[in-house]
Amino acid sequence: MRTLSNTARRMLSAPYALWSLLFILAPMLFVVYYAFTDKSGAFSLDNIKGLTGYAGVFGRSVWYSVAATVICFIIAYPLALCLAGMRERTQRTLIMLIMLPMWMSFLIRTYAWLCLLQDQGIVNGVLERINLPRIHMINTPGAVILGMVYNYLPYMIVPLYNVLSKLDKSLLEASHDLGANSAQSLMRVTLPLSLPGIASGITMVFVPSISTFYISQKMSTNNISMIGDVIESQFITAYNYNMGAAISLVLMVLILVSMMVMRRFTDSDGEVVV
Amino acid sequence: MSREGKTKRSILPSGAEHRLLREKSRSSARALRQIPTVYVALVFLFLYAPMLVMIVFSFNGQNSTAVMDWNLSFRWYNEFFSNRELLRAVRNTLVLALLSSAIATVIGTAAAVALDAWKKNLTRGAVLAVTDIPMMAPDIVTGISMMLLFVFAGGLLGQRAILGFSTILIAHVTFCLPYVILSVLPRLRQTDRHLTEAAQDLGCTPAQAFIKVTLPNVLSAILTGALMAFTLSLDDFVISYFTTGSSFQTLPIAIYSMTRRPVKPTIFALSTLILVGIFVLLLLINAAQARSDKKLQGAKK
Repeated sequence: MRTLSNTARRMLSAPYALWSLLFILAPMLFVVYYAFTDKSGAFSLDNIKGLTGYAGVFGRSVWYSVAATVICFIIAYPLALCLAGMRERTQRTLIMLIMLPMWMSFLIRTYAWLCLLQDQGIVNGVLERINLPRIHMINTPGAVILGMVYNYLPYMIVPLYNVLSKLDKSLLEASHDLGANSAQSLMRVTLPLSLPGIASGITMVFVPSISTFYISQKMSTNNISMIGDVIESQFITAYNYNMGAAISLVLMVLILVSMMVMRRFTDSDGEVVV
Repeated sequence: MSREGKTKRSILPSGAEHRLLREKSRSSARALRQIPTVYVALVFLFLYAPMLVMIVFSFNGQNSTAVMDWNLSFRWYNEFFSNRELLRAVRNTLVLALLSSAIATVIGTAAAVALDAWKKNLTRGAVLAVTDIPMMAPDIVTGISMMLLFVFAGGLLGQRAILGFSTILIAHVTFCLPYVILSVLPRLRQTDRHLTEAAQDLGCTPAQAFIKVTLPNVLSAILTGALMAFTLSLDDFVISYFTTGSSFQTLPIAIYSMTRRPVKPTIFALSTLILVGIFVLLLLINAAQARSDKKLQGAKK
């Protein structure tokens, strides 16, 4: 049945095998290697011990990115429901318009928010014009979280919309016929069935949020640092690759653990309901 | 959903009094029906507010990204077109995206063909798991991990300034590869193996059978993968930031270094141009899609 000879198969897969070994696996091993050695290359646990100094940064990053993910979900779920109820042509156009900002570099999108929110910025200009007091917005946790929500909201909307638009409408009719009101069918039919979309939406917002460095740099004018900022400064300005690698390792572990927790959570929930 | 519940309940009572009630509930139902539209509009306002700011300020009469001078001017557009550094960055970005997506498409398609013919075993599973790494890992980790590799290799080769065009090209090919593979592999799964077998029975060599039968079948998936790789490469900032040096600047990196200082509206002019270009492109794609849908519907009837 196989139409490829073994040699052909090997020749076709060789470039990729070599490439992934050299440029995917080897770099990951280098991260581990650097994390557990010192500048001279000798084995050392100093970097791992030094991580305790960054506990505050880790806590803050987790807290901000969880907040951003939750806010994205709260905005996106009703939006996806609304979209799924619209005419098909309208749906397609609107989804296209939601994706459009993603084609812009996130650097520029974030910078535009800085122009809006800074103390001498546009929002404050408008407030002053209508005789309201200025508000200090930039350089607050809220501004950083807003930057994340804005940049990654489409990543939450699109997977949610994908599951909700394919949802079998007759299931909802059935639940109405069986006496459930709208809230009940939302909680017991729509929500459980959209869990796969929720899971991928959460991943797609949480991972870039927790690892960002540009958004926190801009929205806090370099005052609030997150894991990404610390990694960036270790590599770009402090030249302490070992410490940077150790922090990156923790970031990877954090992400893997949260993904496992979430997968477990969504799976078991799905099973209970279905 | 809630609308239906309301009207059903209001149908039950009868009489003039209740007719009035029904009228009332109808108008409130009409108001309820507006809620989705209003909500969608509000989210869109949020999504597009910064875009509007950007477009308006790109025509600013004075050098500011905070205070708008309504004596509109094109000077920032002129400045962009006379800014050599930015233009070179645009060219670099395009060259890099073309090259890296082409390389990733060739290597990735070959790998997908091999993976498709591969029996399900541990090695195959391991290869697929490795393919997932660049998609799962956050960009910053992918970026610094490659930087570590390059710097280490540079140390071995005795080259301190190894980061540049070749390293960023390798990095871009690496993060594009999974997208090509995961776009082509499912399509290969769907194609009928008997077709290739028939071609071989009719005297084609395996290579001829591949080119004449399999390739046309999966061509659209290959193109999708290539396009995805191209746009990912165009847009990437984080991985590029860690894997290139000052000798090779891409547009996102140029923008990054511009936004470290107080910014002139020039980058807004550039982004407005990009936005308009993409918008027109998407409109064309959408129109083409609508037309082919209509054709399909017509064919069905």
